[in-house]
Amino acid sequence: MEHIRLPKVEKVRLLDRVSPRRSRVGTLYLTATHTIFVENEAAVRSETWVLHSLVCSVEKQAATASGCSLLVRCKNFQVLHFVVPRERECHDVHLSLQRLSQPERCEELYCFSYKPNVDEEERRREWDFLDLKADYSRMGLPNSLWKLSPVNQHYKVSDTYPADLFVPQSATPPVIVGSSKFRSRGRFPTLSYYSKENHAAICRSSQPLSGFSARCLEDEQMLEAILRSNPRSDFMYVVDTRPKLNAIANRAAGKGYENEDNYSNIKFQFIGIENIHVMRNSQQKMLEVGYFCANAQMVYLFVCVCVCVCVHTQAVAEEGVSVLVHCSDGWDRTAQVCSVACVLLDPHYRTLRGFMKDWISFGHKFSHRCNHLVGDPKEMSPVIDQFLECAWQIMEQFPCAFEFNARFLITIHSHVYSCQYGNFIGNNQRERIALGLRERTHSLWSYLWKNKADYMNPLYRPDHRQTEGLLRPSTAPYCFKSWRGLYNRFDQGMHPRQSAEDYLSAIQEETQQLEDQLASHQRSPTAWALGSDMELANTPQDYAGGFVTSSPCQHKAPEGSLLLLTHDGNISNGSDQESGIADVSCLSPLSEDSARDPDSDEAAYSAA
Amino acid sequence: MEFAELIKTPRVDGVILHRPFMPTVEGTLCLTGHHLILSSRQDNTEELWLLHSNIDCIEKRFLGSQGRIIVKCKDLRVIQLDIPGMEECLNIASSIEALSTLDILSLMYPFFYRPMFEVLEDGWNSFLPQNAFKDLETMTDEWRLSEVNKDFSVCASYPPLVAVPKGVDDDTLRKVATFRHGGRFPVLSYYHKKNGMVMMRAGQPLAGTNGRRCKEDEKLINATLRPGKRGYIIDTRAANVAQQAKARGGGFESEANYPQWRRISKAIERSNILQESLIKLVEALNDQSHNMDRWLSKLEASNWLTHVKEILTTACLAAQCIDREGASVLVHGTEGTDSTLQVTSLAQIILDPACRTIRGFQGLVEREWLQAGHPFHQRCAQSAFSNSKPRQEAPVFLLFLDCVWQIVRQFPCSFEFSDSFLVLVFEHAYASQFGTFLGNGTAERVKLSLPQKTVSLWSWVNRPQELQRLTNPLYEANSLVIWPSVAPQSLLLWEGVFLRWNRSSRCQDEAYEEMVHIIEYNKELQSKVNKLRRQLAQLETEDRLLQTP
Repeated sequence: MEHIRLPKVEKVRLLDRVSPRRSRVGTLYLTATHTIFVENEAAVRSETWVLHSLVCSVEKQAATASGCSLLVRCKNFQVLHFVVPRERECHDVHLSLQRLSQPERCEELYCFSYKPNVDEEERRREWDFLDLKADYSRMGLPNSLWKLSPVNQHYKVSDTYPADLFVPQSATPPVIVGSSKFRSRGRFPTLSYYSKENHAAICRSSQPLSGFSARCLEDEQMLEAILRSNPRSDFMYVVDTRPKLNAIANRAAGKGYENEDNYSNIKFQFIGIENIHVMRNSQQKMLEVGYFCANAQMVYLFVCVCVCVCVHTQAVAEEGVSVLVHCSDGWDRTAQVCSVACVLLDPHYRTLRGFMKDWISFGHKFSHRCNHLVGDPKEMSPVIDQFLECAWQIMEQFPCAFEFNARFLITIHSHVYSCQYGNFIGNNQRERIALGLRERTHSLWSYLWKNKADYMNPLYRPDHRQTEGLLRPSTAPYCFKSWRGLYNRFDQGMHPRQSAEDYLSAIQEETQQLEDQLASHQRSPTAWALGSDMELANTPQDYAGGFVTSSPCQHKAPEGSLLLLTHDGNISNGSDQESGIADVSCLSPLSEDSARDPDSDEAAYSAA
Repeated sequence: MEFAELIKTPRVDGVILHRPFMPTVEGTLCLTGHHLILSSRQDNTEELWLLHSNIDCIEKRFLGSQGRIIVKCKDLRVIQLDIPGMEECLNIASSIEALSTLDILSLMYPFFYRPMFEVLEDGWNSFLPQNAFKDLETMTDEWRLSEVNKDFSVCASYPPLVAVPKGVDDDTLRKVATFRHGGRFPVLSYYHKKNGMVMMRAGQPLAGTNGRRCKEDEKLINATLRPGKRGYIIDTRAANVAQQAKARGGGFESEANYPQWRRISKAIERSNILQESLIKLVEALNDQSHNMDRWLSKLEASNWLTHVKEILTTACLAAQCIDREGASVLVHGTEGTDSTLQVTSLAQIILDPACRTIRGFQGLVEREWLQAGHPFHQRCAQSAFSNSKPRQEAPVFLLFLDCVWQIVRQFPCSFEFSDSFLVLVFEHAYASQFGTFLGNGTAERVKLSLPQKTVSLWSWVNRPQELQRLTNPLYEANSLVIWPSVAPQSLLLWEGVFLRWNRSSRCQDEAYEEMVHIIEYNKELQSKVNKLRRQLAQLETEDRLLQTP
């Protein structure tokens, strides 16, 4: 509270991003957790809520006659352009927002103050929803080849690794510890994914501290042990996801990559995914341009991720060869590659429940990369955005293969940044336990699971050909699309005006009702004679709801996500029922306002 | 002329065919007057029947004594034939070149094609102007059907019957025709039932440098305005292009002479630039480097999506003037046979729900493209692979279809037809066994007796088995005006045409089947429930009858 210099400003204008001539006047409120804009003149009360933790930057522009502009950019790609009448007020709002959006201490994060109406026992159960060990036992572990190692029980070997780690049966604690001393931040090779069918495994680690000539017997033994854990294969791949040049540069700092001569039977490869700084700049460029084009390289980088993933998933799935993946520290590119590989390899990870994997335990630095707290802006990078986008690109190529839809990915994306749930707070397991997230916050996964009806892909069928086995996405450049649903999520006018997916979901829901009716009829013919179901059967389905709402995320804002999204009376009411669409603002020639002001149409036409 | 003269080697054995997404086939290559055929004479292998008129260009290569012909088709497919023997290869190549560039309309395949199906309804008679006019008469009596062009003497590219304002007589029309490019005097294109506003199209006025005026022209178009109302003239050329046209005797309507009209210039590129754009786009698609940056910059440099955006924006503008402003609109560019038609036909898709049905769309193509005199034969003579200097070729119609596809993508439930229908129309516009798209206008079609001598594409399409294949399962009639988004983010590359031969569509096809399955299963259950409900109602009435003696 002490950070709010000015809780309320009146006569603030909120400009429309697409056609700036359209603006709304209202009152701006700052609360401990949200910025709220309430429109004055709207017939229906219209509010825009923005969570402080989603605010990425606040920019105050020079004052003009009409007021002082305040540009609020959010991590979910929403951009709000306010015009505050007085400079002084704008200054206060600017400073307050800047402070509020960048908490200095973890305790200030929204997840610690977010208290939905859920009792304590229920809250605790939320966290039991996801069980890390269950995923391993699903893979058939431990078995005669892989064992659970207690070596990192108190985070002594590597403080960024989880406590429970799987290692080859033959790897003894001295080998593990020895190997960890030869790896950046002690991140020794450990199991990420294991294929029951052919015993091939994906392991992950950080770079070896090989410098120009150093070698480590234990590390060599460790890789040998991994190789031996795959009885059918006589070699393994070691994949360095960095560009070769970066890896060579690291040698000068006493780090580097494996020398094929020192390790027996490894095949070493570079893949060339750029580092977090390149990724950050690339996304920045893309957002500036507004959509992907030649100088916005974001997509180019996805291609790298995908190509390399395809190459080595193929190795795992078809050749049955194990793979060790690393980059520098093994928590960004390595995390992306391992998780995309899982999605491609195993249908389990393409289900709603399977996708809710514990992405954080191997130490992807969510707090740093997402800039949850005030910190070094150079640590921020859209690593998780890229992973979600990879999943989306694959989904676009295999429309029947995923149990969930794009709305699911977009919701996860929002909550990675919102800090509303405890799932994506902290940089690794150790930090998370210290913060007591399990004890003090709520879990996103159980929220998503409860609302799973919104996130189901109607085209998914567990027994479909696409659902089974390995996916082989095409990585030709023209197969990659711009993810309008995420990056232009708040530009309402740009989205398709009707959604085939929502239509199909409605049909499926109706089908379900019909099936129930028929089933009840078969059970007791008298039920029909009594007419108990007649009422329901005679009520036509309302498909219009699905049509008019253009933005899928705002389709139905359930309690939990309500606070996150802009909910704007116009959207759900369908301001333009008459023409069958929600908003023609994007089209911009002659919308309502130009009808009022005939002299301005020409400008609007040429602008469009 | 006999085709046999052009065919030096009619048959070669042991030819290997490579096609995208199909196993290679070895078999016998045969050349006939109209087809290139490759048959392996085995069951279960698909034969190749390729119309010579579908071939855009060929390339020859030699590897030792083995020849290779790469055939690039107008539908953007690229196939490869490996032919043993140098001489055979050369003969085949020169025959294909001669046969595929044959420019004599009366020798085209549609004149030789005999339908293997029963014609339920002759497509040549399905969309006659007089029938369309009958529909108009039920809505308004302000228009009449004029026969002034019955012998094509007033305007060579117009059909014999055109709709004009009732108060304007044929003599006036003749005078106006002398003032408009190509004799294309303003005619009715669309009547908006909701508010009685109209869209007209014409050629540019021949104002010239000294600002010639034509009172009759002014009278004609003013006759379409309500008292006190203004109309809009949408010029599909950039302002400077329209200005330059004056030097060549063309020009635009001056404000002084047309005070009741507001002129708006929209820059839709001319046909040669569109052709260049298509060539660049297809080049980018076939770039083998698989480099993302390269692809994106090539895609951008092709400007294809920019053209789509310009055309769609202009069409939206025309539609908005009519529906929102309640104003009548006159659309023209230079000749009035290219960009003008793109705009008038797309505006109708936006405004008129009838045009979003399969039949309505056929009617739209007939009215606004075929009868309106779009020179299909010239424009579709070559497609993206032509390496000869472009003359009249341009993807004007393809761009129209692309724009329609963009709207379909944004309103997936509002169109009766599916993506494959649009692809089908595209293919047949470039090469076909049907006579529908032959020739450059009604006059030429009449001269060639196409309706008598060839089969119409619509005769084939409008049969239950074809219609079923082309119907969009998601369709639910939407009686509203549909406003598409024209933001660059909303415009996509038309996969059905441009990526068709580059990547397998198997997964997308499976998704489509799944969708059909979901909807069909729902319908099946619905009918089951309804049947039971009827039975129940019947039982109840019988019950009541029994109870009441």
